[in-house]
Amino acid sequence: MSRPHDMGGRFGDGAVVPEPQGIPTLDEDWQARALALTLAAGSLGQWNLDISRHSRERLSPKDYARFSYFEKWIAALADLLVEKDVLRREELQGGGEGGPHALAGRALPASRVASVLAAGGPADRPIATPPRFERGQAVVTARPAGNRLVDGGHTRLPSYASGAQGYILKHHGAHVLPDSNAHGLGECPQHLYTVVFSATQFWSHPEHPDDEVTLDLWESYLEPA
Amino acid sequence: MPHDHSDPDHPHALLPPDPALRVKALETILTRKGLVDPAALDEIIDTYQNRIGPKNGAQVVARAWSDPAFLDRLRADATAVISDLGFFGRQGEHIVVVENTPQLHNMVVCTLCSCYPWPLLGIPPGWYKSDAYRARAVREPRKVLAEFGIILPETMAVRVWDSTAEIRYLVIPMRPEGTEGLSETELAALVTRDSMIGTGLARTPE
Repeated sequence: MSRPHDMGGRFGDGAVVPEPQGIPTLDEDWQARALALTLAAGSLGQWNLDISRHSRERLSPKDYARFSYFEKWIAALADLLVEKDVLRREELQGGGEGGPHALAGRALPASRVASVLAAGGPADRPIATPPRFERGQAVVTARPAGNRLVDGGHTRLPSYASGAQGYILKHHGAHVLPDSNAHGLGECPQHLYTVVFSATQFWSHPEHPDDEVTLDLWESYLEPA
Repeated sequence: MPHDHSDPDHPHALLPPDPALRVKALETILTRKGLVDPAALDEIIDTYQNRIGPKNGAQVVARAWSDPAFLDRLRADATAVISDLGFFGRQGEHIVVVENTPQLHNMVVCTLCSCYPWPLLGIPPGWYKSDAYRARAVREPRKVLAEFGIILPETMAVRVWDSTAEIRYLVIPMRPEGTEGLSETELAALVTRDSMIGTGLARTPE
């Protein structure tokens, strides 16, 4: 069921290497370029944030492991451009005719960068149904973790947190459901909750019995305990 | 049930494998077709490398330390309060603040990708995006903290926030001892990026 991005709790990755405080310096120009290119291409309006995340998750496990962060971004961007019929495969190899693209009118001009970044993309939505759970209520996460709409599809319940019992800490109103939105099946907003779990729910050898992990989970990921 | 049929098809392999050449090739193709404006790319890069950074978050923390009414408003609706300070936008649409206390240390991760509160902290550091941090922060936060030089007492619990939705978390570190007379500007200088992720503590004044 799993994909390579779902790595929470995994063993064997070695030490975390801290770096100086302040704004991190991207080591290479191409990393900044990859970041900017991804954001600019996103404003063509051919996909949403969930589709974009899922494109990175669908890299082969071998590519996901060997690519650095922004290499994942640029590979997933190229894949999306072809999947969404913005570019043809031969155009990625430098072929195809020149001239402006049918979507060229949507290209993000420098003058609109500030307003697009400032606007962001709020994920909260109105919803008619009342929340199923209340603060403090005990809940259990779905097991197995996985997209219930599309086999192998995008979901935001990590494997390590499936089938665990916790309690509702906070209700955030309704948010766009990634499991649906990543596949063009609509935003299907659901109530979103922060759920607290004891570390003992997830790990056979937790570091401390009082430690906790919280996750932000959509209503369909949860059942009453 | 629909199946995710596009799995085996990875057109990115058609681009040059070297990352710098790969990015350059894609930028060239998209620019030639009028799909991206190179000046817009320069503007995006300038925004994140020079204008948005941890100083934004530090200003929020310093005010929260200085002004109890502000802290109360932050607890109730951080997104609105922080927007009023001019910090909002992409990856900062839904902000929640979490407060460190002598009993509880908070630490933020995104195990599934690398979600991060960009308008408050800027570009995420390399370690935040690393497999090691994403994999280990939830299972052994105390060992990870030790790698940052932080040893927590046994009397303090750790709560790790896995950012699985669009809520972005800002840790309010504990205010250091001996800072009673300091101005907000002086306090903000003590607030490090890592202290607002929860892998560091605020600096003590020299």
